[in-house]
Amino acid sequence: MNRKVIIIGSGPAGLTAATYAARANLEPLVFEGSQPGGQLTITTDVENYPGFPDGILGPDLMDKFRDQAKRFGAECYFKHVTKVDLSDRPFKVWVANETYTSDTIIIATGATARLLGLESETRLMGHGVSACATCDGFFFKDKKVLVIGGGDSAMEEANFLTKFAAEVQIVHRRDALRASKIMQDRIMNNPRITIQWNTVLEDIEGNEADGVSGVSLRDTRTDEVRQEPCDGVFLAIGHVPNTELFDAVLDLDDQKYIRTIDASSRTSIAGVFACGDVQDHVYRQAITAAGTGCMAAMDAEKYLESLAV
Amino acid sequence: MTENLIEFTDDNFDTEVLKSNLPVLVDFWAEWCGPCKMIAPIVEEIAGDYAGKVKVGKVNVDFNNQVAMQYGIRGIPALLVFKGGAVANQIVGAVPKNNITQILDEVI
Repeated sequence: MNRKVIIIGSGPAGLTAATYAARANLEPLVFEGSQPGGQLTITTDVENYPGFPDGILGPDLMDKFRDQAKRFGAECYFKHVTKVDLSDRPFKVWVANETYTSDTIIIATGATARLLGLESETRLMGHGVSACATCDGFFFKDKKVLVIGGGDSAMEEANFLTKFAAEVQIVHRRDALRASKIMQDRIMNNPRITIQWNTVLEDIEGNEADGVSGVSLRDTRTDEVRQEPCDGVFLAIGHVPNTELFDAVLDLDDQKYIRTIDASSRTSIAGVFACGDVQDHVYRQAITAAGTGCMAAMDAEKYLESLAV
Repeated sequence: MTENLIEFTDDNFDTEVLKSNLPVLVDFWAEWCGPCKMIAPIVEEIAGDYAGKVKVGKVNVDFNNQVAMQYGIRGIPALLVFKGGAVANQIVGAVPKNNITQILDEVI
């Protein structure tokens, strides 16, 4: 069955697009990917999403988004899209061997945590190296951990980790934080957190059986390298857009984010729309993702109407 | 939990997992872990698909600290495959179903 709308991704952008498309009777199909609910499912409290004055847990918020989309008939499949063909109409989408077709595609694949690219980081991921404090912090009770990064997510991770860890050190390559004032204040007022300024992570020591034993840190001003013993390393050094499927297919910017046209959700291919973090490296909020998801559904509806004329 | 899915604990780990005649897939998880919830339906499916070939079960790390520590669990979800009382393979983090079935097919 050919679809009117296929949505790839299930964070705030994808599921808002699904709600709007479903309410427009476009019977959207959502491929949720390997992380249904997106990045918010690995966070804890969301304190800045309007309408929830007391805050709400990230996974709970995403359950509500999904319920709302389903209420109007959106279908959500827990499947990961492996290939697309946008060169012909209808567009084709593959999940391993299964093929789906659609008149429009809404891309809401979001972004994932950036890694440093160290061999030791890949080898020790899940064995003391983590990009998700809420998932793995529990295993570092009374231990010493490092958080790499200087933005809001690094501050959130550091703060959260003090629930478990005896000592949290933030390692930041600059001499000032990018994080918002409120997050900085929380960090400065938390006696279990210290900050290593002008410092970068050079290497992580340890093995899969015993975990992380320490790291090499380099002072960016003097180039001096020092050893720091620790039990865990949490990475919060930003994100990369999930655009591997669209490389050389859609117009991407130099950081591989999808370029959208004229303050709309339209991409370089008519009928293909993008919303959320996959096209936004500036705001990257649940509310902005939801906003652009709404735009994508409305743009898709308008495009489908133009086909029918 | 469905009928094919077993709850492993600190107390029954030795008899249910280490002394099992079948290979065993153990899913270390916790209530507060988002990615664990994501893969829960996959693990349940696998328990059905591999019934009679692989024993499948879950360890709640909140209540079974001993087993989690013994196997050096430092991130969840962690999927460990046991054969003949030893760890044959493992995956840490949420992955698609075929990544999991691949490491199971290697031991059956």
